Amino acid sequence: MAHEQAHKLAIFRGNLKFKSNVSKIWGVFVVLSIITIIEVALGILRPDFLVTHKFLSLNLLNWIFILLTICKAYYITWDFMHMRDETVGLRRAAVWTGVFLIAYMVLLILIEGDYIYEVYKNGFIKFNF
Amino acid sequence: MEATVVKTGTEGKTWGGGNEPLKASYGKMMMWFFIVSDSLTFAGFLSSYGMSRFKFIDAWPIADEVFTHFPFLHGVEAPMYYVAFMTFILIFSSVTMVLAVDAGHKMQQKKVIFYLFLTIIGGLIFLGSQAWEWNTFIKGDYGAVETHGGQIIQFLDKDGDRVALADFAAVDNGARVEQTKQLGVWYQQESEYLPTVSFEQVKEGFLANDNLLIRLPYKDEHGKHIVLGREESITKLVNDGNLVVEGANLRHNEYGHPLFADFFFFITGFHGFHVSIGVLLNIIVFFNVIIGTYERRGHYEMVEKVGLYWHFVDLVWVFVFTFFYLV
Repeated sequence: MAHEQAHKLAIFRGNLKFKSNVSKIWGVFVVLSIITIIEVALGILRPDFLVTHKFLSLNLLNWIFILLTICKAYYITWDFMHMRDETVGLRRAAVWTGVFLIAYMVLLILIEGDYIYEVYKNGFIKFNF
Repeated sequence: MEATVVKTGTEGKTWGGGNEPLKASYGKMMMWFFIVSDSLTFAGFLSSYGMSRFKFIDAWPIADEVFTHFPFLHGVEAPMYYVAFMTFILIFSSVTMVLAVDAGHKMQQKKVIFYLFLTIIGGLIFLGSQAWEWNTFIKGDYGAVETHGGQIIQFLDKDGDRVALADFAAVDNGARVEQTKQLGVWYQQESEYLPTVSFEQVKEGFLANDNLLIRLPYKDEHGKHIVLGREESITKLVNDGNLVVEGANLRHNEYGHPLFADFFFFITGFHGFHVSIGVLLNIIVFFNVIIGTYERRGHYEMVEKVGLYWHFVDLVWVFVFTFFYLV
C-alpha cells in the first residue's frame, strides 16, 4: 500500500492547480479560512439589508451562512477526507445517501416546527396536541 | 492482518472476493459507513434543534448575546470571536492530520509523528476551549427573572445595556435563616440551589431604581428583543415575576428559553465526546507510529482511517458552528 497514490491536485473546477498534495492541503486551508472569516465578519456586522430581506421565509444572511457552510463541508470532505481521489461509486454512495436523507429529514422537521409555532400563536387550543 | 481472509482461488473474478470494486480497503469502507450513519445522528440532533427553534421562533435567544466572552478579557463584549478561534483550531488540526496522512503515504515516519502530535495538541486545545465555554455558560452572566409562565425577563438600563442583578438588588436585610443539616430532612448546601439574590430583593431594587427597564424574550420584526417601558416593566415584574435564575442548566436558563440550553449542552456535548474519542484514537495511533508498527506493516493506512474520523469531527463542527452561533 506504500505506493504513491495519484492525488487530484486541482480545485475550483480545475481552475486552481497545485504542484503537490502538500501545497494543495495548505491551499484548501486558506480557502476554508477565508470562508470562515467572511462568516464571522457577517455574524458580527449583521448588515440590516441581509437581515430584513427574506427568501423562502429565511433571511438572506442565513442563506449566505448555510451556503458558505456547505461550501466548507465540500472542501473538507473532498480534499481533507480525499473524497476527490475515491471512485465515483464510493463518492456517490456516501454523499448522496447523506445529502438525500438529511435534506428530507430537515425539510419535514422544520415544517413541523413552523406548524406548531402557528398553533401556539393563533390556535385556540394551546397545549392539546 | 489478512490472516483471516480465505483465498478462494477466484480472486481475479469480479465476484470472487479479494478485489475492491470501489478501490477502497475494508477498513476505509467501514469508516465511511460509520461516518455516513454518524452524520445522520448529528443531522437528527441539529434538525430537532431547528424544530424547537421554529416552534419558539420569536422567543429564541440570540447567540451573539449569549456567547460574548473571551478568556482573560473580562467585561469586554466579544461576540463570536472565541467560537471563531475554536473553529480555526479545529480546521488547523484537520490540516495537520491530512499532512500526517500524506506523510504516511510517503512512509516518512518522523513527519507523521510530528503532524500527529500537532493534531493531538489542537484537539486538546479545542476540548479545553469547550470546557471553558460550558463553564462560562453554566455560571451565567447578568442573571434574570423567570415568570410564572416560564418566560425569562432580563434587565436593562436606559441606555439599553444589560444590568446584573447583583448591581441593583436590595441588600439583604438579614431576615433569612440559613438552612442547616439539623433543620432539614433533605439537606443541600445552600450554594447548590440558591441564587445570590432573592426575587424579593430584585423586585425591591427594581422599584427603587427608576432607570431600569425589562427586556422580554420575544423579538420584534428586526430580530431584536422587545424592551418594555418603565410602567409596563413594573407591572410585568410585580405580577408575573417568580424566581431568580442565574446561569444555565437543564431546567432554567437565564439567557432565554431553557430548550436553548438543553440543546447547547446536548449537541456541543455530543460533539465534544466525539472530539475526545478522536483525540484518544489519535494518541493510540501516535504511539503506534512511534514504536514503528506501521513501518513494519509497510503502510500507514491506520493513520488515514483515524484521519477520516478526525476530519468528520471537523465537518460536524462546521455545521454546529453555523446553526448554533451564526444563524
